[in-house]
Amino acid sequence: MVDTTLREAGRAPGPMTPDAPGPGKRRGLRSNLSGWAFVAPATAIILGLSIFPAMWAFVLSFQDWDGFSPATWVGTDNYANLISDANFWNAVKNTVVYTLMFVPTSVGLGLLLAVALNRRIRFIGFYRTAIFVPFVVSAASTGVISNYLFSPQFGLVNNVLRVLHLPQQGWLDDPHQAMVVVVIMSLWGSVAFTTVIYLAALQDVPAELLEAARMDGASAWQSFRAIVWPQLAPVTVFVVIWQTIEAIQLFDLVYTTTRGGPLNATTTIVYFLYDKAFHSLEFGYGSAAAYVLFAVTMVITIGVVVYSRRRGQEAF
Amino acid sequence: MAIAAPAKRRRMSPWHFVLFPLAVLFLVPFAQMLLASFSPAKDLVTFPPPFFPSHFTVDGFVKLFTTTDIMLWLRNTVLVSTAAVLSNIVLCSLAGYGFARLRFAGRNFGFFLVLATIMIPTQLLMIPTYILFAKLGLLNGLGAAIVPWLSTAFGIFLMRQFFLSLPVELEEAGAIDGCNRWQIFFRIVLPLARPAIATLAIFTLLGAWNDLVWPLIAINNTQAFTLQLGIANFQGAHLTDWSLVMAGNVIATLPLIMFFLFAQRQFIATMTFSGLKG
Repeated sequence: MVDTTLREAGRAPGPMTPDAPGPGKRRGLRSNLSGWAFVAPATAIILGLSIFPAMWAFVLSFQDWDGFSPATWVGTDNYANLISDANFWNAVKNTVVYTLMFVPTSVGLGLLLAVALNRRIRFIGFYRTAIFVPFVVSAASTGVISNYLFSPQFGLVNNVLRVLHLPQQGWLDDPHQAMVVVVIMSLWGSVAFTTVIYLAALQDVPAELLEAARMDGASAWQSFRAIVWPQLAPVTVFVVIWQTIEAIQLFDLVYTTTRGGPLNATTTIVYFLYDKAFHSLEFGYGSAAAYVLFAVTMVITIGVVVYSRRRGQEAF
Repeated sequence: MAIAAPAKRRRMSPWHFVLFPLAVLFLVPFAQMLLASFSPAKDLVTFPPPFFPSHFTVDGFVKLFTTTDIMLWLRNTVLVSTAAVLSNIVLCSLAGYGFARLRFAGRNFGFFLVLATIMIPTQLLMIPTYILFAKLGLLNGLGAAIVPWLSTAFGIFLMRQFFLSLPVELEEAGAIDGCNRWQIFFRIVLPLARPAIATLAIFTLLGAWNDLVWPLIAINNTQAFTLQLGIANFQGAHLTDWSLVMAGNVIATLPLIMFFLFAQRQFIATMTFSGLKG
């Protein structure tokens, strides 16, 4: 040990100047070994549990396999079947509906909350805590709470409507309203994320700019429109992409509230593929659905990035 | 609400009219959960349902502890989360440091691959990972829940970014003093990494504690259930006994809520960073 230490120390410049040419082959091998010793355990686990399964899923998506009998190669049949599967298109439709409701509200509400919370007023600590704390609540717990809050008979929400003499609603039991409830409860648990991101971005808006605008007689709304909102553009692009990816992967909250019902009104793409793979044991078909989802995610991400670059807003 | 400061009366900010109702609205689900968990079971299925229980009772908790395996599930979740956090701290710090500072063949390619995995949605991995774990005999045990959380690409990325931001001079000084790479890492660099490690720990804790979809697929045996799985399963088994269900929910959420209240700054830093990784 002492010997190594001395040798390392004697070698100027030390190991921290990576551009130093190592003296000879032994040196290269040694630093390769020591480098890989640092990174190999974590890298092996991550690649082994993602790149390798991802490639396997790709192969599976061209097979018909129930996990027991031998797999048969079916070419692109799984993808062709997906395209003609009404249940799949229903899941796509539900996912799109959810995304269109969830993303704008989570970004808009997050921005409003960030602007509201970005000031020193009385009780601000209480407000922040109240709005952020649902973020640590799991989808399973959120689902259970939703089921009771929105229960048509015993739920608080209908009870409030009743007291206000408004008509009672079916909520999670109503195919037209179930997804709305899922959106509301998703927002409850996740709006803290967009809020925190916007809050951090708001603190980077140069105070001098706002001060100058105020001196020039700009109203609060005018300086928001003219200064703050353009400054937030890259962050907005980012949260839109992020929330869209989250939205098209919706599963947990559906599983713990409606299980895809009523009448498949809340079956999302991920719920569909979960159901195909782990209830019907159609591993190939499920993998094909997963790859479609992956492709759509990539297309949306790239689309938004390209679109925002065109408009001169760098988010990445 | 606005209590005047003695010297000058400040006008109450109009933002209170936005924030106060929203804050109350955000707290309603918690209030509902807590009140229901201390309500007599009968209260919760009467019409109209009382928001405040007719009397407070711990019956729900008693039934929860006597008729379900909640304590076992809590223990399982604690084990899984602890293993995930410790393993991430060790493995991701090492890897992050390696990718940030050491020079070796394949470094950039290796890091690129790790980053690329962030783009792969977990849904794509569920099926092959399930088959893989079945072949390895890992299903239906706690190992199934732990292994996917042993290290995370996000953790490596986070630690690498942190180590890149440290001044190299500190480590050079260590090298001149005769430390080898491991000594430099453990004695000089790691102690400085406490803020990044806190972020990593919170990120991993939230993910591992709240994970539902993977345990749902991989664990079928109630003895190896995590809290989330147990709660999600209540729906079928105890749907009508809302006080028991809500008591279980309190047990499942309270630890993270308490932790959040004590370490709010760290949690918010974690959320901000996990957003900035894009």
